Amino acid sequence: MARFLVRRTLSAVALLFAVSVVVFGIFEIIPSYNPARAIAGRNANAATVQEVAHKFGLDKPVYAQYANTMKLIFSGEIIDYQNDLNVVDQFRQRFPATLSLVIPAAILWMLAAIVLGSISALKAGKFADRALMVLAILGVSIPIFLLAAVLLYLLAFKTTIFPNTGYVAIGDSPSQWAYHLILPWFCIAVLSVGFYSRVLRSNLLDMVNQDFVRTARAKGLSQRKVFRRHVLRNSLMPIITMFGLDFATLIGGAALVTEAVFNIPGIGQYEAQAIGNLDVPPILVGAMFTGFFVVLFGAVADIVYALLDPRVRLTG
Amino acid sequence: MAERLLDVTELEVSFQTEDGLVRAVDDVSFTLDRGEVLAIVGESGSGKSVTVMTLMGLTRSPNSRFGGSAKLSDTELTTASEQELQRIRGKEIAMIFQDPISSLSPVHRIGDQIVEQIRAHEKISKPAALDRAVELMERVGIPRARDRVRAYPHEFSGGMRQRAMIAMALSLSPSVLIADEPTTALDVTIQAQILEEVKQLRGGDSGVLFVTHDLGVVADIADRVIVMYGGRVVEQGTLDEIFYDPQHPYTWGLLGSITRMDRDPPKRLPAIPGVPPSLVNPPEGCHFRPRCPHAFERCGEVPPLQGRIPEAPEHLDRCWLDLSEKREKREVNGRIGLVRDTVVA
Repeated sequence: MARFLVRRTLSAVALLFAVSVVVFGIFEIIPSYNPARAIAGRNANAATVQEVAHKFGLDKPVYAQYANTMKLIFSGEIIDYQNDLNVVDQFRQRFPATLSLVIPAAILWMLAAIVLGSISALKAGKFADRALMVLAILGVSIPIFLLAAVLLYLLAFKTTIFPNTGYVAIGDSPSQWAYHLILPWFCIAVLSVGFYSRVLRSNLLDMVNQDFVRTARAKGLSQRKVFRRHVLRNSLMPIITMFGLDFATLIGGAALVTEAVFNIPGIGQYEAQAIGNLDVPPILVGAMFTGFFVVLFGAVADIVYALLDPRVRLTG
Repeated sequence: MAERLLDVTELEVSFQTEDGLVRAVDDVSFTLDRGEVLAIVGESGSGKSVTVMTLMGLTRSPNSRFGGSAKLSDTELTTASEQELQRIRGKEIAMIFQDPISSLSPVHRIGDQIVEQIRAHEKISKPAALDRAVELMERVGIPRARDRVRAYPHEFSGGMRQRAMIAMALSLSPSVLIADEPTTALDVTIQAQILEEVKQLRGGDSGVLFVTHDLGVVADIADRVIVMYGGRVVEQGTLDEIFYDPQHPYTWGLLGSITRMDRDPPKRLPAIPGVPPSLVNPPEGCHFRPRCPHAFERCGEVPPLQGRIPEAPEHLDRCWLDLSEKREKREVNGRIGLVRDTVVA
């Protein structure tokens, strides 16, 4: 276990370094990219741009700029170019909104995927299975901005069942918090439910023909117990790894389309603005933030996997 | 006479597949009494596993059809409801499977898997059931059972896993124990130990149905033998009758393909020529006819399974040849066989 944690920590450091270098490097090779001009403003003359570049250290060599940026990030003093705001503070303030969006959505999609995947497998080849298959493909293939826009149009604009975008902190009013987030939760969940339920369905169908399932039936267990304790229990493993990674990227800000459409002041919304403006510091911090969670939840998924399957040992 | 446990009459099992109707079991009849070991012998695809799994309702599916009857005392197994079957499975009829590696759930502790079976049929607390599991594991020769109930299947060797399966199967003292090739996946020394466990049941309260293709194992443990071929019973009798006075050419072939330690080694191992019949489109008449060197016109008609030896009316077979012809034709190189083998000069 200790060895596992050490190795994962080292790989996290290596990954964050690689991510930061790649993201930083991308901006160096974008032809029209000139942060000094962006900071100086639309009407600045050449002298002002020069002055700004000098002030922000943008006239130094690339590796010096990289080192300086990293220093600012880890000391928490990094400022975005667009709004002059402290990036780390922004992430800190916006994180609760992103968690409010992602955690319940993740619970929703996991539960729905288990229920729908199970129904599909139990009714394999029958109408319910085929209908769920069509829905799953729709869920996976509908762009989230389209789904979000259609839902808002029908349920928040044409009828006023749900509020038309916005966010209320859970501390201010839990009921309003949930009320404002139901549609965004649904949008995020739909995307994953389709995929997860199909994967679970095929795992379940593979598992049903396993010898130990026949043993379970031969013991005289009820069909429900056979399914829950033996078939389902052994089918959940592959999904857990998938879940760890998907959950990590969403927490790291990958829900940016949903946050943008529903006007939720989370990390994704901030990053969407930053990407639109080629604002390097938030993009860089966002990428590293996501990388950190990918490693963290990858490790968590592996630990959960090892707890569920005694044959698995934790090795780096 | 010993108490009758199982009475199977003209059992038929067929499966609808993409290639057509597979008649996996076709007119199979036998009985099993308390305390006896009945071996079912045959090659792969002869219908022996399907026959025994049908007794537990494990072959039920939307594509399977059943005919005839299989009775456990008064319960008709082919038509029993799912609830009745759940009560019978594990309690009245228990089963040990071929591959102990894949037949135990990889994510549950051995002890818990035994407890699960006990608690499926009896109202008993978990600790009490676990104590029973420990006793059972000790009984089948698992050392340090108290510690090892907490082990997972992957921490057991193949032989230990099969012992655990036996402990599980015996946990509710079933009247019928079905062993479906329980030693096939094990090496020979472990095989002997496992057979020893099964032999302990002989003469006891249970009847054992032992499915195998290994005649050496049969000779070791069986009281009576059923030989199956192409979904049908081709011969049935006591161990001695089958080994010393076999009536069906397929049985001769099986016996002839055993190598003997007390004879000169043959140049080639004698084998039965040809391949097992397709069960979708079986040969007309006797299923063994295409591979049988002794076939004649009458074999196009299905021979009934009946006693054809006046002095041994319980010894049944499905072959049209006369008794005297059989006794003459089965002699090959001074022993029982189907085809002439070449002896090393």
